[in-house]
Amino acid sequence: MSSPVIQVENLAKNYGSVEALRGVSFEVQEGEVFGLLGPNGAGKTSTVEILEGLRSADSGSARVCGLNPLEAGLRFKEEIGATLQSTALPEKVRVREALAMFSSFYGRRRNIEDLLRRFGLEEKRNAFYGQLSGGQKQRLALALAIVNEPRVLFLDEPTAGLDPQVRREIYDVIEELKQEKKTILLTTHYIEEAERLCDRVAVVDYGKVIALGTPRELKQRSAGTTRIEVRLARAPLDGVLGKLEGVTTCKQVEEAWVLHSTRVPATIVALVKQLENDGNELASLEISSPSLEDVFLELTGRKLRD
Amino acid sequence: MRLAIRTPAFIFFSLAMPLVFLFTFCGLFGRGRPQAIPYLLASVLALTVMGSFWGLSLQLVTYREMGILRRFHLAPVGAGEMLASSILSNYLLTLPTVVLQFLLARWVFHMQTWGNLTGAFVMVTLGTVTFAALGLIVASVTETAQETQIINNAFWLLFLFLSGSTLPLPLFPGWLQKVAFYIPATYLVTGLQNVLVAGTSVLHLGADLLSLSGCAVLAFIIAQQLFRWDPGQKAPRRARLLAASTIIPFLLLGAWESHRGSLRANAQSNFQSMERRVAPEDLPH
Repeated sequence: MSSPVIQVENLAKNYGSVEALRGVSFEVQEGEVFGLLGPNGAGKTSTVEILEGLRSADSGSARVCGLNPLEAGLRFKEEIGATLQSTALPEKVRVREALAMFSSFYGRRRNIEDLLRRFGLEEKRNAFYGQLSGGQKQRLALALAIVNEPRVLFLDEPTAGLDPQVRREIYDVIEELKQEKKTILLTTHYIEEAERLCDRVAVVDYGKVIALGTPRELKQRSAGTTRIEVRLARAPLDGVLGKLEGVTTCKQVEEAWVLHSTRVPATIVALVKQLENDGNELASLEISSPSLEDVFLELTGRKLRD
Repeated sequence: MRLAIRTPAFIFFSLAMPLVFLFTFCGLFGRGRPQAIPYLLASVLALTVMGSFWGLSLQLVTYREMGILRRFHLAPVGAGEMLASSILSNYLLTLPTVVLQFLLARWVFHMQTWGNLTGAFVMVTLGTVTFAALGLIVASVTETAQETQIINNAFWLLFLFLSGSTLPLPLFPGWLQKVAFYIPATYLVTGLQNVLVAGTSVLHLGADLLSLSGCAVLAFIIAQQLFRWDPGQKAPRRARLLAASTIIPFLLLGAWESHRGSLRANAQSNFQSMERRVAPEDLPH
């Protein structure tokens, strides 16, 4: 097996008294789309920015294409492409000018007309950056990220703040890049994004990787269980839901209770009986197979967007 | 360069304001006195060139605040290249204004001689680079555009009133003239007066050229060392100390000029040129 394109070992970073990273480790193979999934403040951006050479780590090591991002200098920058969490360009730069300017910095360049076409920016080629919508700005950011045919692509929250339709457009673009066998590291707090785009996912929380695997593997952590989400007329008595037949875990999420059960019919019968005994009522009940959201919930006791 | 041209503030500060200076200075003090125009034009050119101190620092800090520099940091571009390209574009944008000021001085205010044009070109070039580099130093130690504007204003007022560009140096009391010897802008103003009024050759601009080029090189190196891409990255403690060291060449030069007195003598002679009588055939008809 060839050596990994991205190697992160025991990365730590503090901002004053805040521990942003507490020993993050993972590897990304050539052609793999790897996701860092976690809530805001989990340490995703710090990790990516260390890998991009924008920040230094306090300890641990980070290597991209065998190079140390901080020490390899301009040669390293030729190998990577990136979108920042919030890419900003001068308001008065035109779309085509921005692509031409960034393209001029690199030895290896893509054709600008192709990029405009591919990212649906042909009609906006002469528009000022300040006139673009959020989705168009993000498409331009992605086009700029691949202007140099990078070997590795870092996408930091590529769809954050975009409406669902634009988000799906961006997914299509990333899927195309995936087909080109680009190595991509993306950070996200959207489950859908991680499940749809990533070959493997590292779940990050409080500066640590708490689970790592393919989306399927992660979901199998809840193997054999089914997710039951119930809403009740009144709060249940302490601990009764967790003791119902077949229930393996029980957590309150906002106003709902999420149970994982190995024997769904028995759990539901027991639930109805219990509510009758307690004089409580069922407001709603949803049964589904577990998602990455449930994996995160199981691991941390919190929802991803808390 | 295109970005600057599309910015109304740039058009105002780099084109409109220098022309207002030209028409105010030459209109008020040079009307019917064509012999005074070269001296007044030197002051106007100095103010135009010193304008580069303002624009670049503010632009750089704004770009840093907005996160635009971070995007550039992802590309294979070094701090030196970023700074050099911004100085170069600023210089190329200053040149047309300078040329226009020369032409207007000749056509509208009947300036009789061009002075030493090569010398003027060298002084404008060196002056623009020096003041742009000094502006970049301000950008390297300030955190916000507001802070940059406050510091720029303080320096700008110093340059404006103590360099001889607005109030002629010979009118200063002796002690204030000595203070002026320690200010970079003074060497730009006297250098431009020497080439425009006295037609001094570039080879005889020793002190002015030396001080400005020394300052430009030093300021550029320090600005490069202190360059920050990230809005979250604070200026290191040594930054202000390092930035302040740019003044060292002027401390040395100021002490030397105080001792030698040639700068004061040149300034006096250039100032008196405004009062020289002009042959009747040279007067505008």
